Amino acid sequence: MTQPRMIQIECLRYHPETDSEPHWQTFDVPFTDDMSVLQGLQHIKDTLDGSITFRWSCRMAICGSCGMMINGVPHLSCETFLRDFYPGPVRVEALENMPIQRDLAVDQSRFLKALQSITPYIVATQESTSPTPAVPAAPALATNQSPARMAAYYQYSQCINCLLCYAACPQVGLNENFAGPAALTLMHRYNNDPRDAGWAVRSELANSNDGVWGCTLVGYCSEVCPKGIDPAHAVNQNKIHSAFDYTGLKTLLEKK
Amino acid sequence: MRIVKTDVVVIGAGGAGLRAAIAVAEKDPSLTIALVSKVVPMRSHTVAAEGGAAGVIRPDDSLESHFEDTVHGGDWLCEQNVVEYFVAHCAEEMVQLERWGCPWSRNDDGSIAVRFFGGMKVQRTWFAADRSGFHLLHTLFQTSHKFPSIHRYDEYFCVDLIVVNGHIQGVLTIEIATGEFVLFRCQSAVLATGGAGRVYRQNTNAGIVTGDGMGLAYRNGAALRDMEFIQWHPTCLPGSGILMTEACRGEGGILSNKNDYRYLQDYGLGPLDPWPRAKAMELGPRDRLSQAFWQEDRKGNTFQGPHGSYVHLDLRHLGSAKILARLPMIAEAARTFAGVDPNIAAIPVRPAVHYTMGGVAASITCATSISGLFAAGECSSVGIHGANRLGSNSLSETVVFGKVAGTQAALYARQADAYLGPLVQELAEAAQAGALSILGSGKGKSYSRSTGKSIGKSTGKFIGPGDRVATLRNAMNDAMEAGVGLYRSAEGLALACNELSDLRERYRHGVALDDHSRAFNTEWLSALELGPMIDVAQDIACSASWRMESRGAHQRLDAPQREDSNFLQHSLAHFRPDAPPVIKGAPVTITRSQPASREYGGAGKRAELT
Repeated sequence: MTQPRMIQIECLRYHPETDSEPHWQTFDVPFTDDMSVLQGLQHIKDTLDGSITFRWSCRMAICGSCGMMINGVPHLSCETFLRDFYPGPVRVEALENMPIQRDLAVDQSRFLKALQSITPYIVATQESTSPTPAVPAAPALATNQSPARMAAYYQYSQCINCLLCYAACPQVGLNENFAGPAALTLMHRYNNDPRDAGWAVRSELANSNDGVWGCTLVGYCSEVCPKGIDPAHAVNQNKIHSAFDYTGLKTLLEKK
Repeated sequence: MRIVKTDVVVIGAGGAGLRAAIAVAEKDPSLTIALVSKVVPMRSHTVAAEGGAAGVIRPDDSLESHFEDTVHGGDWLCEQNVVEYFVAHCAEEMVQLERWGCPWSRNDDGSIAVRFFGGMKVQRTWFAADRSGFHLLHTLFQTSHKFPSIHRYDEYFCVDLIVVNGHIQGVLTIEIATGEFVLFRCQSAVLATGGAGRVYRQNTNAGIVTGDGMGLAYRNGAALRDMEFIQWHPTCLPGSGILMTEACRGEGGILSNKNDYRYLQDYGLGPLDPWPRAKAMELGPRDRLSQAFWQEDRKGNTFQGPHGSYVHLDLRHLGSAKILARLPMIAEAARTFAGVDPNIAAIPVRPAVHYTMGGVAASITCATSISGLFAAGECSSVGIHGANRLGSNSLSETVVFGKVAGTQAALYARQADAYLGPLVQELAEAAQAGALSILGSGKGKSYSRSTGKSIGKSTGKFIGPGDRVATLRNAMNDAMEAGVGLYRSAEGLALACNELSDLRERYRHGVALDDHSRAFNTEWLSALELGPMIDVAQDIACSASWRMESRGAHQRLDAPQREDSNFLQHSLAHFRPDAPPVIKGAPVTITRSQPASREYGGAGKRAELT
């Protein structure tokens, strides 16, 4: 293996109990070519300063815990490598547009609230008006779903809720009630699922300024998405649904 | 201390915890449910499961066949009545997930596709490409929003269970963001806290898979069962341990050594042809494949790399279309974390710790020996895995037994007496005092507010006695890797047991923290996790010492045969605060499959991979 090299990691620190505002702190970190930014932070926590605070879990870009701004760009720190920033320094700070809880950990409640608001589950036809649907017995057979019908929503079901798109989206920063790219992508995922009949319960939010019309099509969400989901496309597809709703075209088309 | 009164507490919000919470809500919408998790549910480690979930649906398959494969795979240490229940309920849970929106992969005609998995004689693994756990978890998490009786407490860290006279009465937690203690008073609880893979260094597990849930139940009187059975997954990236799913082999991937030789044929998994065929070569079970690697390594037939030895997992012959459709995440992970594009080169792989077959001893109704506490998923031992789990049985287990645990917890809560008075609060206060003594609060502020640059130095002061969290954790990892590995011996196990006893002492002596503040103090939480984690590690080593035979994933160099006369029984470990656990044998339930020789490979028909 190559000999470790040194790189400086500059970390934005903030402690809610003692700090009035965030400040920078620099650490010298030895690294090898296969070390991620996350592993650099783990080195700091284990050996230099146990108080440095960040979320992480799976280490393989699927749990969505470890998003942060790295040199000003939202990334998952587990799949971003220190070698790519050599000779450094590399600057890490909490994701933009969300309050800092401590150091690199942000308050995720905005997304969690938005998720609840988009009715993030299959709404079957008979359930669509009932807020607490009766529980049916487990069905005996799976729905038949051709690959083509699956393709209509599959891509949008891949969201890992890492919130990089919330950090990227200027509208999230400007309008605190905007549902945001990930939640609206999941809304599209359910709307486009042939098993779902939930547009009626989702349309009020979708059609509002805090729904799809809050998006100004900057498209940076899609650029930073680590899973290539293209939230901007999902949101703007729903603008079409929403426009249909507004013009009554949807009802007309359905009557045919 | 804040107090929340609820009917049912569910601890852990991965596959089993979410399914349990939904089952409570379905069983009785009038019951209040507190779903408590140290991470937001979609971060739970179920998210990283790749290959799929077993459930019989093909016309050429049968429940009998799934039962046989599972019991045979578990080297006859399974609770056979529980396996019967399990196999009969897998498919309905898979269908339920489908109705909730899980995007299971499909055949061209729109029906559910199933793939081969190791040790299974027919295709019965339902999958969503190679993100099966991700989709299962997100489907359950999103569906849980339907139920107003489920109240989520995300990022609440469980400090202790409050058990009064053998009854679960509460769960003490810390709200991570503030450091505030919150006591959930309950009538019943479901433990769904996952496995303990992180007691080892090289593992496929997320950082949260620390076994502390098992450890808390164990400290409170529940027995841990079959903890010596640790699963090494045979195909993981060297160093990081990142998992290359068994589905790679289910789809036709092959393993070869440095001589480009498919070595599995030398370890009771051959002959090579006709290939592929079920339960042979690369479609053998995980214990046998990992053990074959170990043997090849000793023979000098492995490649040597910066993170140790490895062999080749070759997918190139599958073609890029199939790799993209069936194994997209693997392709991405191999590129990102190993610098290898599996379309043009073989992936370097080696075994790494993956799964805890044992857990909190639980009955077919998920009941533990603590009244009102039910356990499900990897933290539990309901008895379906025996000495070796077959791939794709554990995702199914999370939902089949998550539902059972939730249903039982709901029934129990309805019948339970009112909350038992002041004793609960007293016990909770004692547990809180213990947690605060580790924090060492009152010893002065160590958090640095320096705005200048501090280069390569700790900003904190090492207050109090003891080792750093990382020092103790590394020592535990070293002891486990060295003494309780793929092949074990009395000598190595004795060393590990001693080392872990010492570590318990060192831990008790104190942990040196840099951070003594309350809000989002993850160093403190890691220290709190580490206590029960070392207890669990010690139990794994002691149970492995007790079992003087080789069975499934537990292999002893000094006792290479299976010894049914002495060890056709579970190990059952009871916690002792000042000494290693007491380990006893407990009977295995056998209904219709008598122990026989556990064979793989041999003659067979060529399988059509679908």
